[in-house]
Amino acid sequence: MNKLSKDLRYTSSHEWVRRDSDHEITIGITDHAQEALGDLVYAEIYPVGKRLDAGDVCAVVESVKAASDVYTPVTGTISAGNPALAESPEIINRDPYGEGWLLKVKTARPVDLSGLLDADGYEHMLADAH
Amino acid sequence: MTALIFEHSRPGRRAAGLAPEVEETIDDLPAVLLRTRAPFLPEVSELEVVRHYTRLSQQNFSIDTHFYPLGSCTMKYNPRAANRLAMLAGFLDAHPLAPARTRQGFLSCVFELQEMLKAATGMQAVVLNPMAGAQGEFAGMAMIRRYHRARGDEARSEVLVPDAAHGTNPASAVMSGFRVREIPTDRDGDVDMQALRAAVGPKTAGIMLTNPSTLGVFERRILEIAEVVHQAGGLLYYDGANLNAILGRVRPGDMQFDVLHLNLHKTFSTPHGGGGPGAAALGVGPRLEPYLPVPFVVRDAAGHLSWAEEDSRPETIGRLSAFMGNGGVLLRAYIYARLLGRSGMRRVSEYATLNANYLARRLEAAGFELAYPRRRASHECIVTLKREARELGVTAMDFAKRLLDYGMHAPTTYFPLLVPECLLIEPTETESPETLDAFVEAMTRIREEAGRDPDKVRQAPWTTPVRRLDDVRAARELDLVWRQEGGPDPV
Repeated sequence: MNKLSKDLRYTSSHEWVRRDSDHEITIGITDHAQEALGDLVYAEIYPVGKRLDAGDVCAVVESVKAASDVYTPVTGTISAGNPALAESPEIINRDPYGEGWLLKVKTARPVDLSGLLDADGYEHMLADAH
Repeated sequence: MTALIFEHSRPGRRAAGLAPEVEETIDDLPAVLLRTRAPFLPEVSELEVVRHYTRLSQQNFSIDTHFYPLGSCTMKYNPRAANRLAMLAGFLDAHPLAPARTRQGFLSCVFELQEMLKAATGMQAVVLNPMAGAQGEFAGMAMIRRYHRARGDEARSEVLVPDAAHGTNPASAVMSGFRVREIPTDRDGDVDMQALRAAVGPKTAGIMLTNPSTLGVFERRILEIAEVVHQAGGLLYYDGANLNAILGRVRPGDMQFDVLHLNLHKTFSTPHGGGGPGAAALGVGPRLEPYLPVPFVVRDAAGHLSWAEEDSRPETIGRLSAFMGNGGVLLRAYIYARLLGRSGMRRVSEYATLNANYLARRLEAAGFELAYPRRRASHECIVTLKREARELGVTAMDFAKRLLDYGMHAPTTYFPLLVPECLLIEPTETESPETLDAFVEAMTRIREEAGRDPDKVRQAPWTTPVRRLDDVRAARELDLVWRQEGGPDPV
């Protein structure tokens, strides 16, 4: 079964989001997403400083099965990418909610994650799909 | 594993005894153009070359040697007659710049193929210059872009792509400068109409659709989709990847598509696999006709054939390559189409769908789970092995690898992405019932093996020249160019 953290928010496209401060979030992909993709071989994080609208692609992850876009659910500017992923994308498989985080986004307005799914909502969505 | 041709190399060894003696005179070449060292080529005898490549060909899995039900790829039999006729000396020895008046035979083949494909697809014009399917898609999207621009409609920046569309569609849309919006699929494999209605608007440049979709089912609401997209001002792109299912029965033009590409190397049975050679036909309705890429063949009132080029086509998006597409592949497709005729094209789709549905029902009866059990399969069907993965710990990839030991090429694995642990199986019309039965038998035996001795399946294949490859390591540590220890760069 998927490991879901109660502290995170989730998207229907299988990203997780953590509020780090009033103006910064961290984005990663869920345990379900890494499991569906299989062994990851490459992760491209868009460059620090890139401005994004909510719904824009902010990273691309590639496994032996497929390449998949990662979307930011909030508007803002990329403030950091996980430097460890260039050498070792498999960290995402091992620890998707921890060391396998993808990037951080700084927002001009206070972070509002109220439109995203909580752990229960995401779990229901997964259950419905299968 | 077989040694590389470079590893057979010995200094000074060559087939000199069989080569004519020719005086080398290169005095007239400017010194600046001369090499300073010999090119890095393998030095081997003629017999070594023959043995090396014959051995490699024997290690290959191909449609000529094995059942090859690779979903979405249409690996059907390539008739020898088409090969033979396409390799007549008059075709092979012609120079690409020879004037059209000396090439009327070749041009008439290209012209007739354009005409036959117009009739088969219901489009207003067809050209054959894309070098492959992806280039056909690119050209199609470039024409859609040009169409909106020409109307001063600059806001149309989005292309809708259902998640069951062919995998290349979003890539082609992005390459042509559009943003992709994905449209979800409902439980039975049709486009989610509510999501589509919500997505269309003044930004919609068009929709790219594969029908039947990569889920192996026919999109039943296609006319409604066409109406919604056209009313919003967008155009419809048809990806012909799965045309084999509807050839001679349903025409993309009648489904209101504005532009399409066909993979001639799939539906029209020219040898493919291993990355080429492909060839695509590009068909358009009246809206996009002025923008067709050049060159293509036109016939004047006197019956003379010539190439339409930039001078007579001022609004063309231009050329896709220096010449006119893959001539040899087009000839094979032309001969294949002539052999089939109109009734033969209907027979292709009839037997392609019959074989896929026969296979689907037999697999279901053998206890495998179909991804869309309530739908009739088109020319391919999808089995999901999620139960086998959960209960036996043996994945779709393990089944695929073990099939190689049974002398069958694996179906497409893990595609479409919407279906977990899936095999996408396309038997094509050229297989016999006995071959399809043998496939079901192999799948059943592999499942039995998985229950009894899972490692036998997990570590398969056992009998191929190369055992299971480490995909992850291969992707992470790319090693593509052989280099002699301490030797020069071979390129």
